Amino acid sequence: MQGWLSIVLMIALGAAFAVGSVVLSGLFGPRRPTPEKEAPYECGVPPVGDARERMSVKFYLVAMIFLLFDIEVAFLYPWALSLRDLGWTGFVQIVVFMLILLAGYAYVWKKGALDWGKERA
Amino acid sequence: MSPTLIAQIVILLFVFFMLLNSAAIMVYVERKVAALLQQRFGPYLTGPHGLLQPLADVIKLMFKEELRPKAADAFLFTLAPVISVTAAFAAFAVVPFGASTTFFGLLDHPIPLQVADVNVAVLVIFAITSMGVYGIVLSGWSSNSKYALLGGLRSSAQMISYELSYGMALGAVLLLGNSLSLTELVNGQAGYWFHVIPRWFVFLQPVGFVIFMIAGIAETNRAPFDFPEAEQELVAGYHTEYSSMRFAMFFMAEYINMVTVSAVATDLFLGGWHGPFLPASLGWIWFLVKVGALLFFYVWMRWTLPRYRYDQLMSFGWKVLLPIAALNLLVTAAGVIYFGA
Repeated sequence: MQGWLSIVLMIALGAAFAVGSVVLSGLFGPRRPTPEKEAPYECGVPPVGDARERMSVKFYLVAMIFLLFDIEVAFLYPWALSLRDLGWTGFVQIVVFMLILLAGYAYVWKKGALDWGKERA
Repeated sequence: MSPTLIAQIVILLFVFFMLLNSAAIMVYVERKVAALLQQRFGPYLTGPHGLLQPLADVIKLMFKEELRPKAADAFLFTLAPVISVTAAFAAFAVVPFGASTTFFGLLDHPIPLQVADVNVAVLVIFAITSMGVYGIVLSGWSSNSKYALLGGLRSSAQMISYELSYGMALGAVLLLGNSLSLTELVNGQAGYWFHVIPRWFVFLQPVGFVIFMIAGIAETNRAPFDFPEAEQELVAGYHTEYSSMRFAMFFMAEYINMVTVSAVATDLFLGGWHGPFLPASLGWIWFLVKVGALLFFYVWMRWTLPRYRYDQLMSFGWKVLLPIAALNLLVTAAGVIYFGA
């Protein structure tokens, strides 16, 4: 329990430092807002429209593929720790598991979800 | 209060201040090494050899005006740098930096030289470094600026892509060390082969080490993978709209993350505090030397290599690094069973 308490204390220290310095610089720094200062930066020209527009679907694709593979990685850790007991049986099982994932990986690759260079209309 | 508890609190505070210092030192080292590589002087007016430059930077940033776009989400805009810094500090909490010690007999039982001795340290590091993505994404989104949003999005895609290879490289080390505790993983690297070659995992896992370092550089958004702040195309990426201390927070988080990645790589691959010539109680000197060497490598890379293109980065991560990492893991697994190591 001691260990986890220390991590919480470290998080608290880090957060306190961060909040403290933001508050301090808010106290020390001047505050003279002008409309230009409060506008988002767009290389000197007046900003056009809202920034939160539609974005490339690629980012969603990457996020979804990441989820699939990240679960795989999370699954690999307990397997890695018990491999010495599992022996070759465990090895064959993980190879089968990886082959199933490989099918999905090959599909995703072929569909072009991993390509960022090609322009599509 | 028991002496052990006091010692633990001292270690906690010591690590905290050393992390703060490391950010300042890295700011200085980065500028000096950059100057060295480009045949300039670098900072040299503030203090001897410009050593007070980081302090001057902090004071300057402290007295700067805090700007915030009118359309920005005020709460998230302030929260984002806080998350970044907090995650950076927290990740180092489980990294051991020396052998267990009694502090020259002051304590009855030796305690490990780390803030938090947990048996799943590798998982904690994996979890907390992932939290760092939130700081960058939230800063990008809350700024309501086009460059910031693009930088934040790119960064999140980049970090989650390389996290897979990072995790698989870690998995291969777990196979060798058969533990999730960093202390036990380091202790598994004690001793020598043939009395000469240290039993570091880097010699068993050369591919894993390279993958870990590449993914680590991508995770910390450093050149040649510094897309979230690719100046030539995104102005400054996710922190375009930040100024004053909030801006400094992101830089601090980046440098502390670099230190953490280097420290974890040292523990996992380079034998942690094990090394010749020094007694075990002074092993932390070896630890510092190895971390310092990796950090220098980081800076050296930044000022030597040009930035990749974004599509190159993504296809390299998904099509090259990930298959190699997976193969490396399987080969390691087969080797572990075959040799029964």
